[in-house]
Amino acid sequence: MANVSMTVNGKTVSGEVKGNTLLVDFLRQNLHLTGTHVGCDTSQCGACNVSLNGDVVKSCTMFAAEADGADLTTIEGMANEDGSLGVIQAAFQEYHGLQCGFCTPGMVMAAQDLLKKNPKPTEAEVRHHLEGNICRCTGYHNIVKAIMAASGQDVGAIAAE
Amino acid sequence: MYAFDIERPTTVAEAVAALKDEDAQALSGGQTLIPTLKQRLASPSKLVSLSGIAETKGVSADGGTVTVGGGTTHAAVAAGASAYPALAALAGGIGDPAVRNRGTIGGSVANNDPAACYPAAVLGSGATVVTNAREIAADDYFQGMFTTALDEGEIITAVKFPVPEKAAYIKFEQPASRFALVGVFVAKYADGVRVAVTGASEEGVFRWTEAEAALSGNFSAGALDGLSVSADGMISDLHGTGAYRAHLVAVLTKRAVAAAG
Repeated sequence: MANVSMTVNGKTVSGEVKGNTLLVDFLRQNLHLTGTHVGCDTSQCGACNVSLNGDVVKSCTMFAAEADGADLTTIEGMANEDGSLGVIQAAFQEYHGLQCGFCTPGMVMAAQDLLKKNPKPTEAEVRHHLEGNICRCTGYHNIVKAIMAASGQDVGAIAAE
Repeated sequence: MYAFDIERPTTVAEAVAALKDEDAQALSGGQTLIPTLKQRLASPSKLVSLSGIAETKGVSADGGTVTVGGGTTHAAVAAGASAYPALAALAGGIGDPAVRNRGTIGGSVANNDPAACYPAAVLGSGATVVTNAREIAADDYFQGMFTTALDEGEIITAVKFPVPEKAAYIKFEQPASRFALVGVFVAKYADGVRVAVTGASEEGVFRWTEAEAALSGNFSAGALDGLSVSADGMISDLHGTGAYRAHLVAVLTKRAVAAAG
């Protein structure tokens, strides 16, 4: 067991972890931040995406011990301070960017990573950035629309429905 | 996963010392190793995480050489290797954005997956693999699928790439996993052309020397007309036969030459 300490959504947290404790398990089981989901547990689906020191990573594919000292943001940190939905979350609601919602936390975390680095992406760039996120309802078109809308761009031009 | 401890040294020297323990295993970005551990295909007593070692991170360019620290992520190479655009493009095409933010060049080159992209760039550039103990030429480094010249506990601290006049990497992605079904890296240097192929051979990455000879005299896709590689020793699986992969090698080499310009 080792003690780890990190900043999660602006708060300093710490806990005892085993060597093989995955970051996602630390978030969900120790911190009870269950918004971060485990979909495939094989690095494919992106439902467990979190922001690690400003870059999106798959929290099922790193160990909690490796996040010692890191600055993390999870889906719980994406809302506004007053608890209302953040810009990306509101766009997902407005454009119906979810069906069952299981993949949504990872999609939102991928989207914030893209928009931070590329504030006005093209539709092709949005689709390319979502390469590591799988939606088994296959609702990709509305997810792309939501992200385009969150970037302040016109979504009327997106071809497919 | 089996139980193990994790250490996070902050210098290469500390990491080398930690790896002397029996059954200790180096952990870089973990994008291959962690899925392997989950499947219980490895049972190290201890993982030595290299992610906290600042001295092995970063990209620098100097006098026609681009040096990439062993702990540099694919995303950092994609963003930082502008002095070698074909290398930056290759790094930016590995996996997906989240994988590129964790996976490292040192981890990829140490693992030497037969379908990985980086081995093609390292061999195709005639790069030098720098470890804590020595420097290894690419031609001596790759020794077959998942096999390299690295000794137990040896850590890749950097890879030094001579920057070519022209280069390009083209991969044909297996549509589900997006690993390279076949990938070809072509690089034109003043003293000749190098062609390295990944994804195709049961022996891992290899140089297509007949194509190198033809392209060294005439760097154009047409110079490859009539050349083919044998299907013997090519990987055959549900995604494609050995003959299909051999055909792709010739097609993608032409495309890479055309893309290099």
